Amino acid sequence: MPDDTQSFLIKNDRVVDADAWLFLDKEASSYPPTGAVVVPLSLWLDHRVDLLQREQCAVWLDSEQEPEPLRQDLDTLSMVAINFPVFSDGRGYSYARRLRQLGFLGEVRAIGDVLPDQLHYMSRCGFDAFELRGDKSVESALAQKSSISVTYQAGQDQPKPLFARRQP
Amino acid sequence: MYVYDNYDHTLVSERVEQFRDQTQRYLAGEISESEFLPLRLQNGLYVQRLAPMLRIAIPYGMLSSTQLHKLADISSKYDKGYGHFSTRQNMQLNWPRLEEVPDILAELATVEMHAIQTSGNCIRNTTTDQFAGIAADELEDPRPYCELIRQWSTLHPEFAYLPRKFKIAVCASEQDRAAVHVHDIGLRLKHNDAGDTGFEVLVGGGLGRTPVIGPTLCDFLPRKHLLAYLDSILRVYNQLGRRDNKYKARIKILVRALGVDTFREKVEREFDLLKDGNMTVPDSEFERMKRFFSLPDYAEIDANEASGLLRQQASEDKAFANWLKRNTHPHKQAGYAAVTLSLKPTGIAPGDATDKQMHAVADLAEQFSFGELRVSHEQNLILADVRQTDLFEVWQAARAIGMATPNIGLMTDMICCPGGDFCSLANAKSIPIAELIQRRFDDLDYLHDIGELDLNISGCMNACGHHHVGHIGILGVDKKGKEFYQVQLGGNSDLDASLGNVLGPSFSQEQLPDVIETIIDTYVNLRSDEELFIDTYRRVGLAPFKERVYA
Repeated sequence: MPDDTQSFLIKNDRVVDADAWLFLDKEASSYPPTGAVVVPLSLWLDHRVDLLQREQCAVWLDSEQEPEPLRQDLDTLSMVAINFPVFSDGRGYSYARRLRQLGFLGEVRAIGDVLPDQLHYMSRCGFDAFELRGDKSVESALAQKSSISVTYQAGQDQPKPLFARRQP
Repeated sequence: MYVYDNYDHTLVSERVEQFRDQTQRYLAGEISESEFLPLRLQNGLYVQRLAPMLRIAIPYGMLSSTQLHKLADISSKYDKGYGHFSTRQNMQLNWPRLEEVPDILAELATVEMHAIQTSGNCIRNTTTDQFAGIAADELEDPRPYCELIRQWSTLHPEFAYLPRKFKIAVCASEQDRAAVHVHDIGLRLKHNDAGDTGFEVLVGGGLGRTPVIGPTLCDFLPRKHLLAYLDSILRVYNQLGRRDNKYKARIKILVRALGVDTFREKVEREFDLLKDGNMTVPDSEFERMKRFFSLPDYAEIDANEASGLLRQQASEDKAFANWLKRNTHPHKQAGYAAVTLSLKPTGIAPGDATDKQMHAVADLAEQFSFGELRVSHEQNLILADVRQTDLFEVWQAARAIGMATPNIGLMTDMICCPGGDFCSLANAKSIPIAELIQRRFDDLDYLHDIGELDLNISGCMNACGHHHVGHIGILGVDKKGKEFYQVQLGGNSDLDASLGNVLGPSFSQEQLPDVIETIIDTYVNLRSDEELFIDTYRRVGLAPFKERVYA
């Protein structure tokens, strides 16, 4: 897990205060009895029944972990976070899009090596929260996020591909 | 050809400004070298051995006169006055300045061009048959489908950080002039028994280090599902393609590791989610795309009279007759022909054109071919719609600019990558090799006697010169720090595609012309009447060639 104390959390096109979610390590084998925790996938699968009792639950996926095992819990989870160990590892884009296509309505948060120039594609794939790397400019990130207004494909931002929207 | 509307214009202009901002932030130190890398690659900019290289997209090889004039202007204003046409139907500038690239892209945008996704680990420029729309053996014009794929793949948010580059080719004719068997995805347009249009989908073909003929993933995909199915393939690849080793990251490795049946199951799992959803392409969209590629306003020509005139002109001038035979191609419209303007004269790097030549070709296209031209994957330029009665005049004009070498399809019409003179990946030079061979075989009559022969040269295993599918393939290798060349025989890129077999130990640059000559002599001795090199090779195999060369 990246050190998230140094990052900026961006939601709805602005920086918001870091929230109460506590991210547990990928190797974590236990979790605190109370409080808002984001557990790694393995812990979720091992303690799913217990964790589902909580008021809020959330899971984070590493880049080699497909969202498929979460399918039955998508109505319950408040958030799924997807880690980018390095920005050039693009698997997370497919995970986010797949989560949305499976009907997940909660928050999908990008964590890890999240850079300003990734936000446009990430948001189109269904991410709606971004933990921007702390040494990066929030202004650049927000500018880049909306830098291209025309999209040929359907996406989270746009339910129809351009061929179904074109006006002569 | 396709014409931008406001949406396309806006997208390309916004992309230019986005990259301008990224370049400025990079130069200001806000973006690191490694973070800038995919951003610049996906805008066409490589950093090569000697200078940056900018690869400009020529979608499925189509260019207008206006666009070619602009490419000529750009190459003189921002570069050294020439451009290089590549095997991927792109044009490369070898000496642009990084700071000026956003300005070059802005100029391109004014003529509906860009360099989006011409490099990097993303979906690249879609390629097709250079005779699309005019070939007699074609079921349908593939270009409307190519444009649809271009739009789907352009700035696709999910597939900008794939494990590796991804190339799609489309063919719609009996003879495959788009090499669909050696692409990440090859699409062969088909009609089913009911007469509906669809595609045979091939996946995981490729050249490079591990050459593979792509297996069939789907025998008949109805065209309305084309984009949903492509999306499904890409998603499986994006999730499961190897990212730990760039030499094993192409989709061909994944398909081979899983087996095509397991791979197909995974694609179908994704396709179930997407099928009949918003990616389903309605007939109206296909019709809209087709209108951009409607037939030009052909004149009524008396075909008998035209061919009579040609016969007469050819009988009076041997040089014209040679050119007519090699550099013009049959056309489905009576009285018309397609003309290949050769970018392979001896002594010039294959595929290179000067700004003056580009302007002149643009003028020729304007005057004789409805203002349009094509770039072929054999690195030549094509005037697709020339009246037969104009051919003599076109030949004279082409000769005046050094583009009438009558060698199309012959051995000296080589495919050749930029090689070690320009490319930092190369093990060995390739352009000087092309030149040595061209000089050895400068007797045109002998070349015509040898007949159709694809000779392809790559400076390294990345195989940009498609050496695996050359009838004769030459590959630059590094042997203890010295440049050597391995020779392969028997490759073929047509529908009966095959990969070449290695002849034996590699050769020095000095030995190579003799080696090629021995191979050709062996063929000439062994061939039966009218037998082409590839046919003789397939009949007699590697052994007789090996025996003679290593005697």
